[in-house]
Amino acid sequence: MKSSTICREWLNSLPPTQGCLEKEQSLGRELLSKHGMPSNKDEAWRLCNFNRLNSFFSLPIINKSEDVKSKFPNKDKDSERIIINPNRNQFLNINLPNGIEKLNDKEIEENLGKIIKSTKVKNDLSVCLNQASSAKLLALKVKSSFNKSLEIVIPSIKENSISTRVFLIVEEGAKLDLLQVFLGNNNSAQNHLIEIKLESKGELTHGLISLGEEKESSSICTVAVEQSKNSQYSLHSIHHGWDYARFEPRIIQSEGEASTTIKNLQVTKSKEQIATHSLIRFEGPNGKLDQLQKAVASEYSHCIFNGSIEVPQIAQKTEAAQLSRNLLLSKHARIDAKPELEIVADDVRCTHGATVSQLQDEELFYLLSRGIDNEHANSLLLKGYYDEVISYLPKSSKKWNFVKNLMNDIK
Amino acid sequence: MIQSTSETILSIKDLHASVEDQEILHGVNLLVKEGEIHAIMGRNGSGKSTLSKVIAGHPSYKVLSGSIQFKGINILELAPEERARIGIFLGFQYPVEIPGVSNLEFLRVATNSRRKELLQSELDTFEFEDLVKERMKIVEMDPAFLERSVNEGFSGGEKKRNEILQMALLEPFISILDETDSGLDIDALRIVASGINKLAQPSSATILITHYQRLLDEITPDFVHIMADGKIIKTGNKELAIDLEKSGYDFIDNNKKDKEMVN
Repeated sequence: MKSSTICREWLNSLPPTQGCLEKEQSLGRELLSKHGMPSNKDEAWRLCNFNRLNSFFSLPIINKSEDVKSKFPNKDKDSERIIINPNRNQFLNINLPNGIEKLNDKEIEENLGKIIKSTKVKNDLSVCLNQASSAKLLALKVKSSFNKSLEIVIPSIKENSISTRVFLIVEEGAKLDLLQVFLGNNNSAQNHLIEIKLESKGELTHGLISLGEEKESSSICTVAVEQSKNSQYSLHSIHHGWDYARFEPRIIQSEGEASTTIKNLQVTKSKEQIATHSLIRFEGPNGKLDQLQKAVASEYSHCIFNGSIEVPQIAQKTEAAQLSRNLLLSKHARIDAKPELEIVADDVRCTHGATVSQLQDEELFYLLSRGIDNEHANSLLLKGYYDEVISYLPKSSKKWNFVKNLMNDIK
Repeated sequence: MIQSTSETILSIKDLHASVEDQEILHGVNLLVKEGEIHAIMGRNGSGKSTLSKVIAGHPSYKVLSGSIQFKGINILELAPEERARIGIFLGFQYPVEIPGVSNLEFLRVATNSRRKELLQSELDTFEFEDLVKERMKIVEMDPAFLERSVNEGFSGGEKKRNEILQMALLEPFISILDETDSGLDIDALRIVASGINKLAQPSSATILITHYQRLLDEITPDFVHIMADGKIIKTGNKELAIDLEKSGYDFIDNNKKDKEMVN
């Protein structure tokens, strides 16, 4: 079936527009009808496996109920957890801890959609797909009085497609440790859109664990962040076990003078494809970025990284560093890494680098020469490789036991 | 000099080896027995480090002919990890930094691999911590280095101490220490040398690869060998190293010239 037909049929199958996201639904559906599915002629989708992408259009939008709560590890004492169960409509009935409040209709009206517009993702398929199908919105503001960490867990549902949207304001001077967990399921697709507004002097440490772990699971996730002056945003994420996954962090320092750190790890095996398309734009001077992108591809899998950094004339004295380090563990696997720096300002320090290699022979020999067997030595080296990202994830992430799966998968 | 074979730890005969298709070793012969300390000296590029890597089984080095026997076993058929487990230890000239791999975990896994071979019980985390802290005293090493990644951010001296710590934990029958003295100040050299002396056993042997006499002031060798052009060209006792320190390696060139003139 042609992709245009698949897209049209999917749009026709959606329920009528309604609720607080009615306008957004109309917008997304309109843009999808107009532009349809992307093709490999679109630069941003050039390397995409379109057969896998079709699962977002062919799987039914949730239609049955399943209690998934019991499958999760216990939460930490000093952490609050929100589970987004798309079946149960829990968005509206969450007991929020002190220091976190729901946004009222007026605040939603004033803010929603602005960040995806400013971070230039408005017409992207990932966002349109979410806008067209998301029915509920979790919209929260974090006040400076909040002193716990927060977990948002989003499981997917077998043989279904889900779409979630989260909007978060970290108010002036507030600090938040956020851990988001996405869990895949057999033959499932999930699409997430997270918009974050980081007000002046706000600090957000954002851990994101995205684990497919089951057969034929797909995920698209867009994180759009707007940082005000003197704010700090750290994104530490891991993506593993998806048949198909696309991750799009889009960050804008709207006034410069802010600090952004990104450490991202993607690990693929079998015939999986995981792609990260990041964009960081500085709209003012003295902005800082430290970005580390890591990928490990084995068997017949494919990892993609597209890293855009935009430094317009106004963003003088920007200091940005991007490093893409990749491990290719099989001659059949593939890694595409493309740094894309657009620098107009002349008084800046911007560096980038990309390496693709195998496990270092000298490191391996050192371990072997101490009597450690080949398999154990490889696994120690890989663990060390992952650690540069994993060690930055919030402590509570350990409970999700993903490191063991990572080690078991890649031999 | 050759005594009964039961006392021989390492026997190298007419060893020829290459790296990247270039022959580096052109017929090395060496016999090392229990309790002995050997020093191998020679200019850069004479083949000293190559010999140590070949004994340890580095995959980049290819043995073209000859033999290496360890306690009567032909080790050329063994993988590097098997050689280490039966008691061959290589102290690296440039110990490798491995980011993200905890030094403590690395030392524990390595020690347990050797213990398994010796039919000793494997040590759990707590048992191992007690052992490693005790052995660290031999090289006056701060236990804080256990928490760091393997050799990452260690100074030259700290890396070499970490090597000797591994030797202390693995209790090998033969230790080949490749330029353990390079990059060490006088105090660090004394600590490292003292560690090597403390670890010397009547049932084990040591091969010191070095450029300088100063290490041999701290550790007295039974034999000193001089390597040139991939061969051991002269063997003597400690006096040979002292002579070498005074007169340098020029005699090698003079010998070569003499041979050329005869031919």
